[in-house]
Amino acid sequence: MQNAQSTVKNQITIALAGNPNAGKTTLFNALTGMRQKVANYPGVTVERKIGVWRVSDAKTATLVDLPGLYSLDAASLDEEIARNVLTGKADGSLNAPDVIVAVVDSTNLDRNLYLVTQLLEFKIPVVVALTMIDRAERDETRIDEKKLSKLLGVPVVGVVASERRGLDELSRKVIEVVGTKQTINLPFENFVRRAANGNGHKNILERYNWISDVVQESVESDKPETRSFSEKIDGVLTHRVFGLVILTAILLVVFQTIFSWATLPMDLLDQGFGALGDATRNALPAGLLTDLLVDGVIAGVGGVLVFLPQIIALFFFISILEDTGYMARAAFLLDRLMRGVGLHGRAFVPLLSSFACAIPGIMATRTIENRRDRLATIMIAPLMSCSARLPVYTLMIAAFFTGQYVFGFLSLGALLILAMYLLGIVTAIAVAFVLKRTILKAPAPPLVLELPPYRAPNLKNVFFNVFQNSWQFVKRAGTIILAISIVLWALTTFPRIESANESSSAAGSSSQQIIHGEHDKEKTTNGEQQTPDETAEEAAKQSAQLQNSFAGRLGHFIEPVIEPLGFDWKMGVALIASFAAREVLVSTLSIIYNVGRETEADSDSLISAVRNAKRADGSAAWTPLTALTMMVFFVLACQCMSTVAVVRRETNSWAWTAFMVAYMTVLAYVAAFLTFQIGRLLGF
Amino acid sequence: MNNTNELSTLAQLNSDAKARIVAVAGEGAIARRLLEMGVTPGARVRVVKTAPFGDPIEVKVRNSHLAIRRQEAGAILVESES
Repeated sequence: MQNAQSTVKNQITIALAGNPNAGKTTLFNALTGMRQKVANYPGVTVERKIGVWRVSDAKTATLVDLPGLYSLDAASLDEEIARNVLTGKADGSLNAPDVIVAVVDSTNLDRNLYLVTQLLEFKIPVVVALTMIDRAERDETRIDEKKLSKLLGVPVVGVVASERRGLDELSRKVIEVVGTKQTINLPFENFVRRAANGNGHKNILERYNWISDVVQESVESDKPETRSFSEKIDGVLTHRVFGLVILTAILLVVFQTIFSWATLPMDLLDQGFGALGDATRNALPAGLLTDLLVDGVIAGVGGVLVFLPQIIALFFFISILEDTGYMARAAFLLDRLMRGVGLHGRAFVPLLSSFACAIPGIMATRTIENRRDRLATIMIAPLMSCSARLPVYTLMIAAFFTGQYVFGFLSLGALLILAMYLLGIVTAIAVAFVLKRTILKAPAPPLVLELPPYRAPNLKNVFFNVFQNSWQFVKRAGTIILAISIVLWALTTFPRIESANESSSAAGSSSQQIIHGEHDKEKTTNGEQQTPDETAEEAAKQSAQLQNSFAGRLGHFIEPVIEPLGFDWKMGVALIASFAAREVLVSTLSIIYNVGRETEADSDSLISAVRNAKRADGSAAWTPLTALTMMVFFVLACQCMSTVAVVRRETNSWAWTAFMVAYMTVLAYVAAFLTFQIGRLLGF
Repeated sequence: MNNTNELSTLAQLNSDAKARIVAVAGEGAIARRLLEMGVTPGARVRVVKTAPFGDPIEVKVRNSHLAIRRQEAGAILVESES
């Protein structure tokens, strides 16, 4: 934000503090508009939100949005960061604030003022922004702002951020107090860190007593003690029985909608990237650089960006559910269930989303405040069988398990897929259980979950939320994933077979088919139709190229390791390639088996190639047992570089990312080993 | 009708019961958190409902609705009011 201030003489820093659900975000968005930036505080996963607030014609201010807090005093990361921001120690580039704007929910004065009593101790001028006054008016609660201001010793401005009511007055008051001193004497001691001594409780009570007096003198309420509108809605939505039913229904609708909304844009993006790849290939001279651009960059990054519609849709729904207040109800309903397996109540949306794709699921864990709970959820999210595993399951089942029925009517294939999903879920629960008892062991943080009144979602908030999260995803695609795509391209392209080829692109495009093959059916890189002979020759060349590449050699190299799982070196190559993205297994296999560009998991030629594949000694490469083992491996292994990149970012820790990859690989290996060996023992 | 001012814990109250908080037991983080959220001696509380599976419970305190785990609610001493 420094560059934004360079043209303005007076630069002031303002901190925005308040309870969660008090309307702080709405106010922040109203004051800063599009001029906001979201990042992380250095070294931690606490989100840092900074915006530019034009407080007057002459002055702009840096507005720092502190995490929503009930108290500055607790030991968790959010509170620590907030204290650091207020004392100017959070970040090299952030000065201590000149003013604190304390957001106070006028329908919830008591508790909101508690935080204010702590803010007043920082010797920084405070201005109270009294939010939701429209709702207070509706509730027939009258707040005497002048009196409240006198009692608190600071200016009090009523605002309705969504209507931009009171914002000018707020700006004026903020400018007025810059540089002034705190004059009020507070009748209680400065708060001491919880670790210091046990007098903490007395201090809290003194504050609340003071608050009660203040509120009594400045607030008049005619509201009868009846059940509020929200409470009546909750009569159904958090009903002991219907609550869960409705929750399930809502979740189903949401995910169904995400799938159907996202499919069309995803297909379009997919085709778009394919077309971009073809166009680039046609426009540029044939050669390695072109290959790198088309097969490495466009294919790799495009393969990940294809998920953007799904991510946007997911964050859209999460935002809406959160903004209306329903998320808190869902956490309320599921808390007992999730706690039973060691997870946080708010873990259900991330985990459920991971069934589609773990990337948005992991990003969605941001709603879990407790770091350990969040880590546990992130660690197990990839175990939820994502949609990328389906092509693998489909191929294995089509090759070896079709037409078979259990009890005469249940399709074996469907049962197997269900079994794979269950395996993922059960393993996830077990891992979470173990993690929470060992490395991530922590006393369960007290659940004091606020159930805010229901309200219509603020579309501006939703928009910002979706935009910021999606943009972070895109940025990541442009950096880490780009790097990894290039590396993978290199591994499958080098060393080159320098034999007589009509064009080096033919051999080089083996990696393109691996990642993006669906677009190249029966076409040369020039877009012309090929004869069957040309196709077969092309396929053989690609296969040879792949086998000769680093990836191919790696496949040979790891063969002894994967042999106890029943895999041979060709499967090894496919496994290596699929560590980038799971679907890649299918296309890699099709190249290795000389089927060429076929990449549909249910393509007949691929299926028969798999069935007929032979090992060096002439025995069948694949048996039903091998296929099953491969599926088990895929349930548990971490084969998605995009996920790894996201985990690295969300945990801000290489250690945890490495741990996740390691434990999943070990689990996958052991499970596959057991599956194969026990299967053999049983005679399959 | 419940007309005696009996002492019990918040966890023991039925839905729709009204009470006044007498004390919050414990010295740890949980007690502190509850106090900071306004669950203080003298404050009035109403039990709204219980979640499926019996946990957590929803209460109304100082004009806001909070969900508290049964275990934590067991540390909150209350005096029933009708």
